[in-house]
Amino acid sequence: MPPRSDAPGHRSGKATRPVNKKATVLRLLKYMMQFKWLLLLALILTVTANTLALVGPRLAGDAVDIIAGEGTENAGSGVDFAAVGRLVLLMLGAYLLSSALNYVLQLLMVRISRRVTMRMREDLFNRLSDMPVGFVDHNAIGDLISRIFYDTDTINTSLSSDIVNVLASLISLTGSFIMMLTISPKLTVIFLVIIPLSILLTTLITRKTQPLFRKRSKKMGELNDFAEERISGLKTLKAYRREDYTIGKLDELNEEVCDSYYRSEYYSSTMGPSVNLINNITLSLISVFSALMYMNGGITLGNISSFVQYSRKFSGPIREIADIYGELQSAIAAADRVFQLLDEPVEPADSVDAIILSDPKGDVEMQHVSFGYEKDKTVLKDLSFTAGSGKLIAIVGPTGAGKTTLINLLMRFYDVNSGKILMDGMNAYDLTRASLRKAYSMVLQDTWLFSGTIYDNIAYARPDATRQQVEDAAKAAHIHTFIMSLKDGYDTVITDDGTNISKGQKQLLTIARAMLVDANMLILDEATSNVDTRTEVRIQKAMRELMRNKTCFVVAHRLSTIRNADLILVVRDGDVVERGTHEQLMNMNGFYRELYDAQFS
Amino acid sequence: MKLILRYIRPFMKRIAGGMVMKFTGTVIELFLPWLLTYILTAIVPRARAEGAGIVYIWGGVMLVCSFLAMLFNILANRSAASVARDSTRDLRHDLFAKICRLTSREIDRFTTPSLISRMTTDTYYVYRMTGMMQRIGFRAPILVIGGIIITMIQDSVLSSLLLILLPFMGLGVWFISKKGIPLYNTVQNNVDKLIRIVRENLSGIRIIKALSKTEDEKKRFSGINSAVASSETKAASMMAINSPTMQFLLNMGLVLVIWVGARRVDSDLTEPARIIAFLQYFTLILNAMLTITRVITMYSKAVASANRIDEVMQGEEESSPAAACAFEQKLPHICFDHVTFSYNKRAPNVRDVSFCLMKGQKLGILGPTGAGKSTVIKLLLRLYDTDEGSISIWGNDIRNIPLDTLRDMFGVVFQNDAVFHGAAGENISLGRGLTDDEMIQGARDAQAWDFLTEKGGLDADIASRGQNLSGGQMQRMLLSRALSGHPDILILDDASSALDFKTEANLRKALTEHHADTTTILIAQRISAVMHCDQILVMDDGDVCGLGTHEELMKSCDLYREIAQLQLGGEYDAAQK
Repeated sequence: MPPRSDAPGHRSGKATRPVNKKATVLRLLKYMMQFKWLLLLALILTVTANTLALVGPRLAGDAVDIIAGEGTENAGSGVDFAAVGRLVLLMLGAYLLSSALNYVLQLLMVRISRRVTMRMREDLFNRLSDMPVGFVDHNAIGDLISRIFYDTDTINTSLSSDIVNVLASLISLTGSFIMMLTISPKLTVIFLVIIPLSILLTTLITRKTQPLFRKRSKKMGELNDFAEERISGLKTLKAYRREDYTIGKLDELNEEVCDSYYRSEYYSSTMGPSVNLINNITLSLISVFSALMYMNGGITLGNISSFVQYSRKFSGPIREIADIYGELQSAIAAADRVFQLLDEPVEPADSVDAIILSDPKGDVEMQHVSFGYEKDKTVLKDLSFTAGSGKLIAIVGPTGAGKTTLINLLMRFYDVNSGKILMDGMNAYDLTRASLRKAYSMVLQDTWLFSGTIYDNIAYARPDATRQQVEDAAKAAHIHTFIMSLKDGYDTVITDDGTNISKGQKQLLTIARAMLVDANMLILDEATSNVDTRTEVRIQKAMRELMRNKTCFVVAHRLSTIRNADLILVVRDGDVVERGTHEQLMNMNGFYRELYDAQFS
Repeated sequence: MKLILRYIRPFMKRIAGGMVMKFTGTVIELFLPWLLTYILTAIVPRARAEGAGIVYIWGGVMLVCSFLAMLFNILANRSAASVARDSTRDLRHDLFAKICRLTSREIDRFTTPSLISRMTTDTYYVYRMTGMMQRIGFRAPILVIGGIIITMIQDSVLSSLLLILLPFMGLGVWFISKKGIPLYNTVQNNVDKLIRIVRENLSGIRIIKALSKTEDEKKRFSGINSAVASSETKAASMMAINSPTMQFLLNMGLVLVIWVGARRVDSDLTEPARIIAFLQYFTLILNAMLTITRVITMYSKAVASANRIDEVMQGEEESSPAAACAFEQKLPHICFDHVTFSYNKRAPNVRDVSFCLMKGQKLGILGPTGAGKSTVIKLLLRLYDTDEGSISIWGNDIRNIPLDTLRDMFGVVFQNDAVFHGAAGENISLGRGLTDDEMIQGARDAQAWDFLTEKGGLDADIASRGQNLSGGQMQRMLLSRALSGHPDILILDDASSALDFKTEANLRKALTEHHADTTTILIAQRISAVMHCDQILVMDDGDVCGLGTHEELMKSCDLYREIAQLQLGGEYDAAQK
């Protein structure tokens, strides 16, 4: 895994709240409970496999004793091969079974963890799909994606491997301890010294290194951000001859990063040798004391052999558990982010008696509508207007003045703070969202195409459309000829972000899509602002086709395109400052006039 | 790999020192099991005769060895960390410096995202490996080889059991990885698809909701989600064979030692206590083997990364004529002489472009997207060299002007130009050593000072990629950067498209008042932005289809007239009359 500290920061719209570890863990457990039977099976397998593995050293020790001729009647004579053979076979059996069970366990855990991830991702995605548009607007897409993929992944690696590992370690730990006690309680006393020593050492080192590791991820993140930013802006750096200056800045950061890596490693790399030291001290102590006991016949060679092997199994898990503890921490943090997303409110359901809007005429009216994206910041104040069936309403104004807001309200992507929106005389909030939205067809500034064939993209809104209808729509949008010039025609797959077709062509495709939607109302949000003039000439024809006989709401950049609107709303800083037809507004000599004249100054 | 070696070579002495320490530490550790056997077989009989004191002495020896082993290993690890630090620092510096000096053509070839990932992820993998190799990569082979030597000395027959097992383990790991890695590629492809769907859904949420396609999208996601899960299950199941098999082989070794050991004890070829040592050595060695397989995976990853870095290191750098030519100033200021250029060396992106600008003149370039407008200025800045024809400044071919001298003449705003994380002043000056007054004047001319003062003036905090700025603010920020150096030549590529007409008019006014003798090239979509220029170059699909003033072009150039009518409408004609 590359350092992911550079991943989109986990910003959410809200202030970061403290992680409630206990609640998160409980909720995670509840989530896991969906798979309780599989988990139980895994538990049984873990216990059995690890216990079987623990039998091995004991059998080996017994075999050594027989070989050494100790504890048997025929001491001194030849080795009792029959007895050794039996033990060897038993060992083989125990190990084989243990490995087989381990394999089954791994397969099982893979399946459990995949199912948990799958379920979790699906839950997240479904939740996200049902959320209001506002949530997506206010959260970085990268952040949401990283929750659906990386956070779920982190949780699962931890759940599937770490839990099994902790369990296995615990069994090894206690099993070995019991075994050692049965072999020689006296020798086991050594561990009264060893256990506290190893716990002390591990915690000491971890405490020292953890802040250093945090610092190092932070520094690495800074470096990655820097590199990304500057490499993306390379042409600018070249144009201003800032190469050496930038390299100098990188050097400063690089120095800090390398240094923070060194610092953290300076301490963390003592961990391995320290654990080995503890193992070796254990071995030394066992050697001395077992030798003393062996001298007096207090212990057999085989017992020493088993004991040493168990002692090795004993010290390993202590370190492992310490490692896993750290991983669990990050899993909890990830789970918290996932649950936070699952807790976000979805769009409230339509009320039970909501009316399904059918065959709308297209009379739209706003009455005293006020709205703000944030509670205390009103973007639209007390707005009223009527748009009769078949009329063209234009919304103009400088960038950032709140033009798009109006469309957000018409489509009920956001709900008004106060006031009413009427649709054919009915309150829009009494209609089902789906039927209200279906009454509109929409072309936005961002041409949205998905990875699929051109045909699927045009027919997106109406999968039941016939081939003929799709082609007719494409012809009306003046894109049919282009599509036919492609090698695969309508079956051409649009690759990531539609790089194989130009922006203007993408725009025409979305217009074709809108043409297929049989709606009485139309929304055009700066639909042609990114298109060059040549293409716009062509789009204009398609647009006129599309707008015919519909109630149209047009957000426009170029004022020349909306001169024949029935009503022009001039928006400035959230207020509709002027309204009227082009002629009326020009005669007013106000802001509209200023904007209009600025084009020719 | 050569690349990595090149970067660690300067630290060979330190590495050698580290290795000696690592070697000493590891060998000492290897002796411990042997010491146990020695105590049990040789010391115990002596102690029986002489008393227990001698056992304590040998125990003390073991303890001392344990501590020495730790000491040496820690010292070696720290030296390894310092080598990794220093070599990575040098590598990263050189790579970044190289990237900065690459020709634009090379940057296009590698692509920006790929250069970024080479700079971040790949250097990280190389770093991790240089450290890991010195720490574990060296220790594990010593354990294996040293272990084999010690066991060979003690009992060559038992030791050969080990030699038989090792190839099996190696083969097993190789086989499983070979099967597993392609499976993981499938997983990656599926994950990419899934991410794409999520991205599409988030960016298209308005359309999806408007068309009530939410449920269909859920189904689409669900389908690929299960594909991801099942491909992952398949790959992980394959890899799951690995560890139980290794575990089993390891334990097989122990069983074999006992069985063969029994035979040899029976024939008086070895002693029972030796079997104890062997059981330990086997565990030690086979564990080391497992470590080696892990290191190999990491090694192959790092080598792949090193190769990717090396590709960049081999890239072509911008060349600059060495001699600082003191060029004479012959008129005109800027001249394009039949310039033709193609990015891919097939279809030209700019064909036969010619124009001349006098000092202080303004040139507007207008045309549809993809017409070659931006290419013209990239050629002028010598980000690319022309294929045919020549470009000259003050009568000197720009290929003969040192890059520093050449580019110092310009103030540039590119299309979608970069704003960097940091203070506003930092973004404006870019370390050019401009005074505060110069920057503030630049920002004023660029109509940026008002919003900048609100945000804190030159100290205003600018987020990465200018995320805390609106489109219009970003453009004004960039304009401030271009204007505050008071350049001889100003290049503005689509630099005011996000400004409303009023602000744009103010900007134009500031340019005429304070930058009157600056030769300017303006690229725009809006005709209103270029119609007042001294000359307007109209381009279409790489060709020049008109050059002249607004009035001339209205008469002579069909495309220009078409654009003018569309954007300005009939109203304009009326206003002119």
